[in-house]
Amino acid sequence: MANEILEEHINKDYEWGFTTDIAADEAPKGLNEDIIRFISAKKNEPEWMLEFRLKAFRNWQNMVEPEWAHVSYTKPDFQDIIYYSAPKPKKELASLDEVDPELLKTFAKLGISIDEQKRLSGVQSNIAVDVVFDSVSVKTTFKETLAEKGIIFCSFSEAVQDHPELVKKYMGMAVPPTDNFYAALNSAVFTDGSFCYIPKGVRSPMELSTYFRINASGTGQFERTLIIADEDAFVSYLEGCTAPQRDENQLHAAVVEIITHKNAEVKYSTVQNWYPGDKEGKGGIFNFVTKRGICLEDNSKISWTQVETGSAVTWKYPSVILKGNNSVGEFYSVAVTNNYQQADTGTKMIHIGKNTRSTIISKGISAGFSNNSYRGLVQIKKGASNARNFSQCDSLLMGDKCGAHTFPYIEIKDRSAVVEHEATTSKIGEDQLFYCKQRGIDNEKAIGLIVNGYCKEVLNKLPMEFAVEAQKLLAISLEGSVG
Amino acid sequence: MISIKNLHASIGDKEILRGINLEVKAGEVHAIMGPNGSGKSTLSSVLAGREDYDVTEGEVTFNGKDLLELSAEDRAREGLFLAFQYPVEIPGVSNINFLRTALNEIRAYHGQEEMPAKDFLALVKDKSKLVELDSKLASRSVNEGFSGGEKKRNEIFQMAMLQPKLAILDETDSGLDIDALRIVATGVNKLKSKENATIVITHYQRLLDYIVPDFVHILYKGRIVKSGGKELALELEAKGYDEIKKEFEIAD
Repeated sequence: MANEILEEHINKDYEWGFTTDIAADEAPKGLNEDIIRFISAKKNEPEWMLEFRLKAFRNWQNMVEPEWAHVSYTKPDFQDIIYYSAPKPKKELASLDEVDPELLKTFAKLGISIDEQKRLSGVQSNIAVDVVFDSVSVKTTFKETLAEKGIIFCSFSEAVQDHPELVKKYMGMAVPPTDNFYAALNSAVFTDGSFCYIPKGVRSPMELSTYFRINASGTGQFERTLIIADEDAFVSYLEGCTAPQRDENQLHAAVVEIITHKNAEVKYSTVQNWYPGDKEGKGGIFNFVTKRGICLEDNSKISWTQVETGSAVTWKYPSVILKGNNSVGEFYSVAVTNNYQQADTGTKMIHIGKNTRSTIISKGISAGFSNNSYRGLVQIKKGASNARNFSQCDSLLMGDKCGAHTFPYIEIKDRSAVVEHEATTSKIGEDQLFYCKQRGIDNEKAIGLIVNGYCKEVLNKLPMEFAVEAQKLLAISLEGSVG
Repeated sequence: MISIKNLHASIGDKEILRGINLEVKAGEVHAIMGPNGSGKSTLSSVLAGREDYDVTEGEVTFNGKDLLELSAEDRAREGLFLAFQYPVEIPGVSNINFLRTALNEIRAYHGQEEMPAKDFLALVKDKSKLVELDSKLASRSVNEGFSGGEKKRNEIFQMAMLQPKLAILDETDSGLDIDALRIVATGVNKLKSKENATIVITHYQRLLDYIVPDFVHILYKGRIVKSGGKELALELEAKGYDEIKKEFEIAD
């Protein structure tokens, strides 16, 4: 019976695996300076932006793809990727009526509404959404409402046109184009993304959200997100993503940068649900992402919360540079791998300022034949007096064919630092499952209950609606992994 | 209530239950006693539907249904409750949430609607008094960081919440001090009715001072070798299991 349940759920389809038949405006395959000029020209970019791209590209050509992560995969052929794919029509859209109805249908399938009208009737939740479809941001909602408060929330391309001074000042501050192989690649070829600026003393009246969707075949997605919170500002930012089911591996190499000024706070939550590949490990997204924030000034705070259930291979370390005194960095993570998924994820907390504090709570769950690694660095620089870090890394194994690994690195250069690290590894026990069943709870519900209990500390950090979605997603990702 | 006929069960190649016959009617309390390794816990596990055991022979009827055909969760939903010898910890899942899920799953099985939150909380309040369970324990994670006594009381609290037809108490007295034992036993006694039945599995006579059985069965080497009234437990206590062992060794 155990096997039947296993079969049933492993065979369960990836719900978001549809493709949408929309005419796309694409660049030819391959990568060279001409392609970069093509992208830049398509986006009507100023000279400095093109220079930024070319510089990054030249750097990238001299870099090698990192191999230190505990993952194995066939490296992408970077000449076999389409670096620009925009759904047509690509002209400026004045209203929703002009959007391709196929595109709107896709959003309906994804369960995201970009219909601002609904908000007036009180149907929709209070979240502003920027939607990035393949490479291009297609719709940002609530722009006007936000503008009243002085909040800028728009696609990255628009920001380059309308707020060049902000983009120029902050882009590359947290993730320099030379940072790593994928960040350099992104800096060269990124096509769009989201931009957000919260001015002094403003708390965003709603949660801002970006929804990423890879659709076209043979494309890579390279988006950039830049979030700046000025003095005393606050914003809660959400990120979601899905992709169609394809036999090939598709590359997603994004960059997210967050900068907080004095007393500012940014809370960034991700529910990552890229297509993970089929049960034999065929297809799926390579999710090679660089996310980093800088607490630039005193008393500021950056908090990353992620629920990672998708992607064939994940390589991702949302980090915080604690530069300002008394600044706070947080990382709350749930990473689930099933079938042949591989994840190498964690964080870096770099303590530079005095009295800086960081918290790391990582919950890994491995099932099937998957491999799940936590990799983290806690670095206390000289002069970062009274820095504190608390790390907790838990691993949960389901079945006996998966792996869980922990690679914590700690570097302390200041004697006054207090760094604590706790780690546990446990197995979802037949005992726990039987206990639940004996109380009338079936296998599926029992796994949901146990896993959600295990992840509770992290799920609690998510905004309410996201938490509900994440709980469901966890259950779906893991159903049938214990018979 | 439950009728066990010629039940054989093994784990791997090892046969542990070798022909159990037992008949329990509504309103009755049966005690099953026996030395270590006689098959007491195997019997409770097999009845509750643990998959580690293979039933090789025999039949079990529970309220007119073929119990062995039912999944573990359906057995529970039909009203079979096992108070675990070693209650399991489920970190991060509150007792309340756990019980609400269980209760509503059982209700759904019987075509009933979910219990309204208000009624549920009232029930929790009411039933936790029964085993003098601190209301704080109800909101803590299932059995996590509970003392041995608290775990056992929590089992009886769950039993009170789920109101089973047949409760099997598997060595519920193990690891309990005398006060906890009394509390647990009082709880069980209060839950007793004409409609439900209890099987008390124990090594010692001690618990039977508090939960007085109608019948006592002695299990040895996978068979019930002797049955009688409550006096059998006292006799066993006086003579010890060695007598039984001597008496039935030959028959083996």
